[in-house]
Amino acid sequence: MPSSKSQPLAVPTPIIRMKAKVTITPKRAVLDPQGKAVQNALEHLGYSGIGAVHVGKYLEIELTGSNPEECRPKLDEACRRFLSNPVIEDYKLVIE
Amino acid sequence: MRFAVLQFPASNCDQDCVHAVRSLGHHADLVWHKDGSLDGFDAVIVPGGFSYGDYLRCGAIARFSPVVVALQRFAAQGGLVLGICNGFQILCEAGLLPGALVRNRSLQFRCEQVFLKTASQNSPFTSLTPDARPLKMPVAHGEGCFFADESTLKELQENQQILWQYCDAQGRLTEESNPNGSLLNIAGICNVSRNVAGLMPHPDRASDSVLGSTDGRFIFESMVAALQQKRAA
Repeated sequence: MPSSKSQPLAVPTPIIRMKAKVTITPKRAVLDPQGKAVQNALEHLGYSGIGAVHVGKYLEIELTGSNPEECRPKLDEACRRFLSNPVIEDYKLVIE
Repeated sequence: MRFAVLQFPASNCDQDCVHAVRSLGHHADLVWHKDGSLDGFDAVIVPGGFSYGDYLRCGAIARFSPVVVALQRFAAQGGLVLGICNGFQILCEAGLLPGALVRNRSLQFRCEQVFLKTASQNSPFTSLTPDARPLKMPVAHGEGCFFADESTLKELQENQQILWQYCDAQGRLTEESNPNGSLLNIAGICNVSRNVAGLMPHPDRASDSVLGSTDGRFIFESMVAALQQKRAA
């Protein structure tokens, strides 16, 4: 019987569950009266050494994909386009 | 003239806008946010409210509606667009107007009559406003503080894109007359092409004497005059 060359088995790329953690904060140039109010309240509560406070937003996005770095460009785009308003906010994206 | 008044989930001044336009003798139709067409309309009003519950940011979700995609085309073709309150927020989120509206500096929801100085009569929204006369109309918002970076503010001033500023009854721009901390007391602006404008105060709620002021009519009448001029040309 002629021997047949065996094909290597194709290993499918595993799909993994990831979590994108997006932190959105007001730009420094934007007045943050909420942050100021919280700062004042902390001082009134007796906490000393309190400096400026900035109140932002935190989002957790569960997603599936092959690996975190592959998902990053799309998530960055979502952050710039929708999840944050670049006129008034900065964002930080961590994918685990 | 046919005005479209957009309706998003939780818009709440749509009926006021329809009433204001109809009371001036023109057609007004509600257009649901899922509608992808604004064909046949001469002007579009984006009304006030809390579209999508102001979730994420005011106007952040509404700006991706099919009707706003149609609005982008309508504006690009020179169509007249007026955003009122949440409508102004939606237009900024959609990039049809520069800058953004953030939380009122006082952190209070301000619901009161304000006076507006018409900063430029050179627009289809302000041409019929009587010279130097402050307009009285109500505000009702928690996030009406206009913000733009220094270079944008400079451009707005150089291009006369600032249309309305908060003032006192004598027309003076003062800190006390500013209900929300907006930079340069800006209450409303227009785009470079001057066909899209937005303001936080409500001309739709100042178009009937029973509500305490009819000064809002000057804005709608200016729009109609501009449309009539365009049609005659």
